[in-house]
Amino acid sequence: MLSDLADSRIVRLRFHSDPLAVREALQALFAARELDAVGSDDRGTAEIVLAEALNNVVEHAYARHRGEIEVTVRVAAGSLLCTISDHGMAMPGEAAPAGRLPGAPDQDDLPEGGFGWHLIRALSCDLAYRRLDGRNELTFRLLTGA
Amino acid sequence: MELQAERHGDLLVVRVHEDRIDAAVAIQFKDRMREVLVDAPPRVMLDLAQVGFLDSSGLGAVVAVMKLLGPGKTLELAGLTPTVQKVFRLTRMDTVFTIHPAVPDALRDAV
Repeated sequence: MLSDLADSRIVRLRFHSDPLAVREALQALFAARELDAVGSDDRGTAEIVLAEALNNVVEHAYARHRGEIEVTVRVAAGSLLCTISDHGMAMPGEAAPAGRLPGAPDQDDLPEGGFGWHLIRALSCDLAYRRLDGRNELTFRLLTGA
Repeated sequence: MELQAERHGDLLVVRVHEDRIDAAVAIQFKDRMREVLVDAPPRVMLDLAQVGFLDSSGLGAVVAVMKLLGPGKTLELAGLTPTVQKVFRLTRMDTVFTIHPAVPDALRDAV
């Protein structure tokens, strides 16, 4: 893992915990030259995972007060290594949710939420969460060029 | 949130003129759809061909819109772009909605 970091390029963005700021950060991230070589399918996947993880920070970690979010994407051979950190509340049980789907779709009682972690888990790998000195840090890898 | 609705007999086609249905606009989308769907016919087709990105909040809003329609009416989807299609597939919501590759040409010309 260290070897592929050696020649990686890094994009880092810092912004406020607000849904529009998340949208703007994603647009800035995917406009960055460092991500030029990432294909459209991989971009779509990366945007889904990053949007879900960042919106979770806005809605949950910063549910009571606003704060800053930092996202770092390291562009390596065959993958994007992403780190999201914030100073909001810890995840429940200080563990990342399992991301099970909210049950088989039932036409009469369809869920309107609970999809976010399922999408994150389904589309990323090597996901890790830790709480450090009042800070949340979520890291995951997105495979590219498969 | 720009939506354009056109009635074709028992079908209402609603075209979403937005690049994204995400957490920033999901509530707005739902509220605008509620207005558009007053006295809706039994079939409503949501044209998502211009929507390049939809997150789980947007997905939740689409599900909520289907519930707003109530029993005996259906919400169909058309023109899912690749990333939007991926979200529907991974959450198995593609089994809940009737999804058309595109709004039929005969209708699209009129919208």
